[in-house]
Amino acid sequence: MTDATAYAQADRLFGRKKLFSWGLPAVVLTYLVYVAFAFHILTPDMFGIPSNIPDRDRLKFDVQNGRTLVADMVSYKTHVTRDNRSGELGVAIEGERKGAYPDGIVPDWVDAQGETTVIDLGAGHIVTFLPGNALTYEVPGYGTIRGQIEGRTVVTNIPEDDVPDWINLSSTRMAITTDEGRLSLTRNKTEVFNYFPGWELFWFTLDSPYSGHGVFDILFGDQIDPARGNIEGAWHDFWENPMWRHVDVAWALFETVLMAFLGTFGAAIVALPVAFLAAKNFSPLMPVRFALRRVFDFLRGVDALIWTILLSRAFGPGPMTGALAILFTDTGSFGKMFSEALENVDQKQIDGVVSTGASTVQRYRFGVIPQVTPVLLSQVLYFLESNTRSATIIGAITGGGIGLLLTQAMITQKDWEEVTYYIILIVIVVMLMDSLSGWLRRKLIKGE
Amino acid sequence: MTDIPFDARAHYVEMTRRKRMYGGIMLAVFVALMVSGFMLADARNAGGFWAGLPNIFGFPADVIADTAPKVDQLPGHLVTYFPALTETLNIAAASTIIGAALGFILSLLSTRGMARWPRLIPVFRRIMDVMRAVPEIVIALILIFVLGGGPVPAMIAIAFHTSGALGKLFSEVNENADLKPIEGLASVGATWGQRMWLGVVPQVAPNYFSYALLRFEINIRASAILGFVGAGGIGYELKNAMSWGQGRFDEAAAIFILLFLTIVVFDQISSHVRNRLAHEGAH
Repeated sequence: MTDATAYAQADRLFGRKKLFSWGLPAVVLTYLVYVAFAFHILTPDMFGIPSNIPDRDRLKFDVQNGRTLVADMVSYKTHVTRDNRSGELGVAIEGERKGAYPDGIVPDWVDAQGETTVIDLGAGHIVTFLPGNALTYEVPGYGTIRGQIEGRTVVTNIPEDDVPDWINLSSTRMAITTDEGRLSLTRNKTEVFNYFPGWELFWFTLDSPYSGHGVFDILFGDQIDPARGNIEGAWHDFWENPMWRHVDVAWALFETVLMAFLGTFGAAIVALPVAFLAAKNFSPLMPVRFALRRVFDFLRGVDALIWTILLSRAFGPGPMTGALAILFTDTGSFGKMFSEALENVDQKQIDGVVSTGASTVQRYRFGVIPQVTPVLLSQVLYFLESNTRSATIIGAITGGGIGLLLTQAMITQKDWEEVTYYIILIVIVVMLMDSLSGWLRRKLIKGE
Repeated sequence: MTDIPFDARAHYVEMTRRKRMYGGIMLAVFVALMVSGFMLADARNAGGFWAGLPNIFGFPADVIADTAPKVDQLPGHLVTYFPALTETLNIAAASTIIGAALGFILSLLSTRGMARWPRLIPVFRRIMDVMRAVPEIVIALILIFVLGGGPVPAMIAIAFHTSGALGKLFSEVNENADLKPIEGLASVGATWGQRMWLGVVPQVAPNYFSYALLRFEINIRASAILGFVGAGGIGYELKNAMSWGQGRFDEAAAIFILLFLTIVVFDQISSHVRNRLAHEGAH
């Protein structure tokens, strides 16, 4: 080989490498640009080319929803409501009946005296409900806003030609949004929202005698409820909290883990004997092996989504349906993986056992099982963790477990603090399952 | 202890017996857990297992009964839903690419000997753990609220999870990589980016590719299932087709077929490619 050919060869080699190292990223980038257009993240009209993509297909960032979401995740609001027909005053957290203050009791920032109610929103913002469906709102830096319902219309002292952008005014409604809270006045009711950081009533609802007491009070203080011991009563009121439903959440989490557990191990139990028939070196008949492999492919290919739909038609919503959906899909996966593991066993060990005159059962028991157990077990345990996550999604479809609670809370579009709570719990449970499966793997396989 | 001569045989028998006993106890606990778990799940299910068992073929039978008379329309349906299938595949592919890129960076940042900020290794590991633990549906549903339904929430959600999952696998690959090329590059004054791109990537690329391909398989399933909760693609069409109700399951049948074939085809391709990669790696 002359130098020239060697150089030429080297050049070609480098050329190919260069092509690959620049070509591949270029292909990937081109594909991502295509996807950006296909998903309408980018549209031709952004580049001055007219397009007729309908508005509903365009990607839009709903700022209002985003703000609601974040605000609701970390804060809550208390509604002070006056019914403008009966004059009745109500204070309720998040405006829910479960969060209502008992009759005659109001928080300390509300001062109700007869028909006049003074609400201190903080930072000098003071709303006063006056008799005759009137109110005043002192906004520092702006002045005092007056509003009243006269007949059917809202009358205010806000100059009509100079309405600030934080006030929304029409003949039937006045809405004021400030940093301290919100106020709305309509013919039916006058309502003030006051915002507070945190999750409302996480421990006790207001009708519980333990509401407002600290941990120290409950553990070591005087008996609060004469009928019950402190710890017992507090636990009961916390556990049965109607707003957060801790007991239901715990059950839902348990159901999700149960689905994953039953599905994963059920699949392993079904797949193990079948995998022997599908392994080249154990199968009695090649057609059986071929047929079983296609069955595994089918079970896996149908996928948990379709299994879930199919099974929930037969068994109805609930954890059993989810467990079976996982079981069906994973029987396919395990069947394939187990039979591959069995095909890789060392024949020498089996021959050794046979040479001692072992029976067929003993041959499997001492020749095969000890070889494959660690491999199979570690695969099953990996699946256990990932199935805990799958069970959340499957639960959202079949209606079981924490997935159901999650979708329910999301559909209301206002219980984002509950959504946050569930997410935190799910992440904790999945991470616990991860450590558990890792611990079991170390314990059972390496024998540490 | 008194001076008893060591009896190897008795010791062995004793040990075996104890081992068997532990094994037996564990098996019994396991069986008890499975049985009671099954009974509990059965009790909490809307329909019981034994009552539902005879109906298990009811739905497939309905679907077939609806499709059989209109079998001539099936190819048409397959064509109709093909764009939705493409969307599902695009979600899966784009999220795998984005997730792999982020996972790559995270894995470098959390591998000893490669990390840009070695002190922050535990932090990045924790970040990956959390990213892995968040189910896709959680992020998808929140993003649907802010971004509206469609493929983008699903893509972001799956990419988020994928970066955590691939990041962990990639960092295991990194740990087996040879650090000498990195030191060599460092000695000639290469920046961190150059050291990683020229010293690490060529070593780990085949393994990365193999893992990413496996993830792509998983992500196809995930994107189909997220569609069912409102994030676009074939899953969304399936939900709509299911809601037509009995008598009109022929469209659902077409989607089932499309989804099934897609999953099987991509499984086969990916396992073939991965086997070849593993084979080449062995040489």
